[in-house]
Amino acid sequence: MKEIDYLAPSSLGEAYAALQNGKTSAFLAGGTDIIVQLREGRKQVDQLIDVKHIPELTSYAWTDDGGLEIGASVPFAEIYEDDEIVRRLPCVIDCATLVGGIQIQSRACFGGNIGNSGPAADTVPALIALGATLTLGSAGGTRELALEDFFTGPGQNVLEPGELIIKINIPPQPANSGAFFHRFIPRNEMDIAVVNVGARIDLDASGERIEGARISVGAVAPVPLYVAAAGDALVGETPTEDTFARAADIAADAATPITDMRGSIAQRVHLTRVLTYRALDRALERAREA
Amino acid sequence: MPRRTHIQTTLNGEEIDFLCEPRQSLLEVLRDELGLTGTKEGCNNGNCGACSVLMDGRVVNSCCVLGVEAEGSEVVTIEGVAEGDTLHPLQQCFLEEAALQCGVCTPGFIVAAKALLDSEPDADEARVRHWLAGNLCRCTGYDKIVRAVLKASEMEEVSA
Repeated sequence: MKEIDYLAPSSLGEAYAALQNGKTSAFLAGGTDIIVQLREGRKQVDQLIDVKHIPELTSYAWTDDGGLEIGASVPFAEIYEDDEIVRRLPCVIDCATLVGGIQIQSRACFGGNIGNSGPAADTVPALIALGATLTLGSAGGTRELALEDFFTGPGQNVLEPGELIIKINIPPQPANSGAFFHRFIPRNEMDIAVVNVGARIDLDASGERIEGARISVGAVAPVPLYVAAAGDALVGETPTEDTFARAADIAADAATPITDMRGSIAQRVHLTRVLTYRALDRALERAREA
Repeated sequence: MPRRTHIQTTLNGEEIDFLCEPRQSLLEVLRDELGLTGTKEGCNNGNCGACSVLMDGRVVNSCCVLGVEAEGSEVVTIEGVAEGDTLHPLQQCFLEEAALQCGVCTPGFIVAAKALLDSEPDADEARVRHWLAGNLCRCTGYDKIVRAVLKASEMEEVSA
């Protein structure tokens, strides 16, 4: 690795100042990607800004209305070891327990997974299905945007120079709602998604009719997709094999994957259909348990 | 001469300090600056787990941690697993079950398995296999390693 400066700001103000000191920067949270990228020369910056000493980024909390705010640099392990999150937001646990192995989960975090903006990022379809937003901060103030509006291309996003991800906001989930995250990889653990899908189903009070649904698909386009049309097609319907199959077809139609070492176009389109169907089916189970 | 940063940390129970460059990984610091060569470099990119150490009780790949990040933390390496001349039950069981061949992955497996048994002494086979998914072994085929960890979990020193 080339020589590099290391800064560990202990407040957002210090972090913003570091971002404006005229040097090129990268953020250091879990370090599981950036340290390797710098060592292998795939990225070069003057300074690393360690964001693990900023209280807003290293903590998480339930909001008064039942939402969950997760600081950008909270490691996955800290999230999935929390029994209340396991109980109330199992879809968050689905993705947090799938990224890398235990060593990675000890350090890697939602902010890093989102900030890297990989098309196959495992936490993103799960969080989009849950309706998550991001709070971004800079010296000029903060702004909030829907997670699906953050990405602009592989490794690309809307972060401005001088701006960082402060936290991920998961809104309170509707009553009678359930969500599930599903990933296909060729082995059991430790791989990058060929396709991944997050789905949420909101049932009405009777449990017989779908009031809302959100479906997100990853690794099948330059950015993770929020397929609004697939969820909208379920609104007002009863949850049956046929209605789920129709939504799965819409998701598959939205997929524009490439062929690479992990899978072909045809396989990815097929997987999008199958995983969407199964994610809906499991989300429905959770909605009925809710 | 590149600038070096003064870092204070607890290593294997002992308060120490060292100098390192910000670009040095914790793995490089352990091996090249502190002479603790028990921690191995395998892939050096976060895939193989050979460089596993405990940092504040969690198992991490030391190739994906900077030495400067160790400031104020508690680090345990394979050198800190045995009690003097008495092997840790995991080390004893790895020997008894012949859970190693070339040995390069072994320190990482033992440190990772220690983290599991410290928090879940009753871990079953599925749990052990899942936990160790981030540690690669190209010799044993894993069965002997899993048997050794399960055997260690049944020993009093671990489950007590």
